[in-house]
Amino acid sequence: MEYFFQQLINGLTLGSIYGLIAIGYTMVYGIIGMINFAHGDIFMIGAFISLAMFLVLTTVLGFAFLPVVLLLVLIVAMLFTSAWGWAVERVAYRPLRGSFRLAPLITAIGMSIVLQNFVQITQGARVKPLPPQIPGGITLFQGSTEAGTIVVQLSYMQIIIIVTTVVLMAAFTLIINRTSLGRAQRACEQDRKMAALLGVDVDRTISLTFVMGAALAAVAGFMFLLLYGVIDFYIGFLAGVKAFTAAVLGGIGSLPGAMLGGLLIGLIEVFWSGYFSVEYKDVAAFSILAIVLIFLPSGLLGRPEVEKV
Amino acid sequence: MASLIEMNASASAVHRRWEEDPILSVQHLTMRFGGLVAINDLSFDVGRGDITALIGPNGAGKTTVFNCVTGFYKPTEGRIVMRHGPGRQDELVRQITASGLRWKKEDGQGIFLLERMPDHEISARAKVARTFQNIRLFGGMTVLENLLVAQHNRLVVASGYSFGGILGLPTYRRAEKTAIEKAVYWLERTHLIDRADDPAADLPYGAQRRLEIARAMCTDPELLCLDEPAAGLNPRESAELNELLKFIRDNGTSVLLIEHDMGVVMEISDHIVVLDYGVKIADGDAMAVKTDPRVIAAYLGVEEEEEIDVPEVLEDVVEQVGELPGSPNTEPEPPARQPAATKRSRSRAGKGGKA
Amino acid sequence: MTASGTHVPASTQKPVGAQAQAEDRRSLGRTDTVSENRLAASLRDAAVAAFLAGVLGFFFIGLRTDLAPGGLDIRMRWAAWITAIIVVFVGRLALNVFVFKAAHPVGEDIGAKVAGMGRAVPGLGKWLTRALFLFALVLPFFFTTFFPGRDRQFIDLAILIMTYIMLGWGLNIVVGLAGLLDLGYVAFYAVGAYSFALLAQHFEIGFWAALPLAGLLAAFWGMILGFPVLRLRGDYLAIVTLAFGEIIRVVLLNWYSFTGGPNGISGIPKPTFFGLEMSRGDDGFAAFFGIEYDPIQRFMYLYYIIFALALLTNLVTLRLRKLPIGRAWEALREDEIACRSLGINTRNTKLTAFAIGAMFGGFAGSFFATRQGFISPESFSFIESAMILAIVVLGGLGSQLGIVIASIVMIGGIEMLRNLGFLTEIFGPGFDPVQYRMLIFGLAMVLIMVWKPRGLVTTREPTAALREKKRIGADMVAQGEGH
Repeated sequence: MEYFFQQLINGLTLGSIYGLIAIGYTMVYGIIGMINFAHGDIFMIGAFISLAMFLVLTTVLGFAFLPVVLLLVLIVAMLFTSAWGWAVERVAYRPLRGSFRLAPLITAIGMSIVLQNFVQITQGARVKPLPPQIPGGITLFQGSTEAGTIVVQLSYMQIIIIVTTVVLMAAFTLIINRTSLGRAQRACEQDRKMAALLGVDVDRTISLTFVMGAALAAVAGFMFLLLYGVIDFYIGFLAGVKAFTAAVLGGIGSLPGAMLGGLLIGLIEVFWSGYFSVEYKDVAAFSILAIVLIFLPSGLLGRPEVEKV
Repeated sequence: MASLIEMNASASAVHRRWEEDPILSVQHLTMRFGGLVAINDLSFDVGRGDITALIGPNGAGKTTVFNCVTGFYKPTEGRIVMRHGPGRQDELVRQITASGLRWKKEDGQGIFLLERMPDHEISARAKVARTFQNIRLFGGMTVLENLLVAQHNRLVVASGYSFGGILGLPTYRRAEKTAIEKAVYWLERTHLIDRADDPAADLPYGAQRRLEIARAMCTDPELLCLDEPAAGLNPRESAELNELLKFIRDNGTSVLLIEHDMGVVMEISDHIVVLDYGVKIADGDAMAVKTDPRVIAAYLGVEEEEEIDVPEVLEDVVEQVGELPGSPNTEPEPPARQPAATKRSRSRAGKGGKA
Repeated sequence: MTASGTHVPASTQKPVGAQAQAEDRRSLGRTDTVSENRLAASLRDAAVAAFLAGVLGFFFIGLRTDLAPGGLDIRMRWAAWITAIIVVFVGRLALNVFVFKAAHPVGEDIGAKVAGMGRAVPGLGKWLTRALFLFALVLPFFFTTFFPGRDRQFIDLAILIMTYIMLGWGLNIVVGLAGLLDLGYVAFYAVGAYSFALLAQHFEIGFWAALPLAGLLAAFWGMILGFPVLRLRGDYLAIVTLAFGEIIRVVLLNWYSFTGGPNGISGIPKPTFFGLEMSRGDDGFAAFFGIEYDPIQRFMYLYYIIFALALLTNLVTLRLRKLPIGRAWEALREDEIACRSLGINTRNTKLTAFAIGAMFGGFAGSFFATRQGFISPESFSFIESAMILAIVVLGGLGSQLGIVIASIVMIGGIEMLRNLGFLTEIFGPGFDPVQYRMLIFGLAMVLIMVWKPRGLVTTREPTAALREKKRIGADMVAQGEGH
């Protein structure tokens, strides 16, 4: 039982990270109907910027007060990663707006390759370890089994991740539902041509969607760095694929769906590793995806599609 | 009111082929999308060798009926019976319904329960072909290729399920030659023969409509379902379409069509079924339907309780549109001027003025 | 790559690729009568691009984190950062002045000429096909004759390119003809390779006997995977096939007892020539035919095997296109609903495409296993799927010739980077062009796609004609958007 709770907490933490990345996929898919394959690598870029900024602040500039350092790192990472998100859209997707469905997918895959290799060349292929920065946590309860005592702990790190995710989710829901940007986004989702005719700046709206998605991915990258303490240029691929899985699982185009899908994928992965085998955790996540799609093609919270004849 | 309905009944009693020899029977069909009831307990018959028109205001559920008949939607309730061979074959229909079979075919007779069959089987076995409201051609393929795709099932068998075809066996080559001959036959009928080697997306709109009909005919259907075939056609093309549909009917294929163009409907239909809000409100030949007050009400957008006022409304309409030449009923009684009313109704319906 | 301007007119809907943008630019150029304005605009645009490069590059080029004793170390690389900014500024300015904002963009005429050539010379494609075929036929002898010192390397490259051509042709059936977006094609390549390797390991079955078995097994897996997923719509299908590709790789990686896990399988036998081995021994190929043994013979033989396999793929595909099943594939790509209304069983039709595509992937996989003599899951990662798909799309969906050209350009191009040793003389001994090869590959994918979104060869040849075959322009051919 204690083990179960610990896994639950771990799963929710990992799921929050997937959920934040998944929102980027789901927003982009919602508005221009393409799989932004490079989004996982934007997450990786976010993690690298976080790492570099953290080192600049602590070792070069000698900042010591951790909360301020972390806040600064987060803000800088969000800003710079957003610039990357914007640039990727501008270079690889905008010229192909209104083109055939496969063309942007290919440029997206190309961009993913470019980003991975760019980081590999400039930062090296070896993993970058960062020692845990926020030690400690709250011990929820202790139990003893035959194997010894088991402690269920909610670390401060996990609290930060879950709280940040909840706050960001709330903020994003507000943006989408209440602001004119959100309205423009939803209009573009429905009908881009009509939105343009009614004076919505479609290009700007799409750019901002990429920027917002990248900012969230940066948060995810930052949290991934703090949680696991190890990053390399390749983390974006698997995280990206799983986050996309999460977006599809939750129902692509739906923000709460992306979050829910992220949490589910995180839980599935953690529980599978905890109870069955670590090696096949990815297989479990992907199999769930296939099963859900086959029986519930529009995902958990997606709108069911009625085939137009 | 009552006298009017009686009159309709007597007028349509003359010709009721759809009751004795229906090729298709839609029985108690209901289709719900979530909470929305698109079709409610609808029953009608389509006569063998008839041109049957399914009309009704926008949103009445006509295309939904088509989609149920051709298997694109699974109806919530009801039975759709397609018959090969003469007569109602009621005993056989009962047997098959009870047996759980989807269809049964023996010595020239066949019963197909369309609500149980997947869409491609409905075309391949029950021999029901259809066209679409928004034309669905294979735009990147040539006109000829479109017609060859329509003959897929026969050609696949002839190609030995591709194995013989890959080896280049002569059976397939012969079958393809026959298929091209059939395509040419329909291209000539639809005046598309000169465009045979052009991509379908290159054709003008009217030609695309004709090509879609030709493609459907290449599947050798017993019943051809056309979803608004005259939409967007100019008067000359519309007249040609009438001739084509009559030709198809006279060559043994029954036709079921959805149409808004009352000119087309009244001229060629042997039988008209009128829908409104998913319910049948009239069923009979052109004459009977034209004079049915419920049809008039549905098309003019009159509330049930206002039906009493129909004559006044119609008088207004008649004043504005004027007496139509060739009006079938010379009596001055208002419902007889229905053609004028229906023509005008299209503009009304377009403004969403339905009820 | 960071060079992206903000001043390119961003019309919202209609532009498709670079051609449309070029038109916009030209029309702008005409209104800009004063060339000084143009220069000022170019400068401003280049400055914006340079600023952006500075922002994007700051944390990656300007800073570098490294492992150091006692944690991570960070160091500044101001010189590299500033160089990058300058390079972007100059590059963007040059592009602006000579191409984007120029009155007569350089390359415009060339582009028009190239585009016009296809129309001006009827049957250019046909002649190119014949020339390429003849060259491929004599290729090993060409290299042994003219490049005796490096023949082995060139023939090896030719084998690699030919393998990708075959894979591209196989995937083309699925993506190009049937319009099914498959991101996990490498799974079938892996199934083919592992089938042969395991059959050889456990039952000592030779290459030629295992080849059909491997193909059938791959096709079988194609059916098994395809059966549940083929009713999914395009992008969902893409992600599920990607997932399946990853699942197969993870299973290969972790099932130690059966697949050898990350160590892979080694000692896979080489193909024999009617029982004769390509070896030096007395019962070898050379001894039997009484010619002098040369190690190159083995490479030449491998080359001809993959050439024959690729040709088989091509011939079968071309035949299938003209059969009802091929027409049904293309019809499916154009409009699935219309197909169903014509009595075509779309599920079976898709499944056939998937299985046949998988079969050719399986053939190529067993060839890969026999060529390498060693396989491990590493060779079957997603990047392979992406490369094959890129070749198909860049070549022009459905075009057999396009795939050949794309394979030569992409695979040949990146392999050529290995030979650019002379660049170390310019950039110093630390410069290793090989590490840039995937970066350049990715950039090429993006640039070619932006330049020609429909791929290099963009016309479709009808499969039947009444009077004359007219090629169909790409703008009319669907790419499977409909489902």
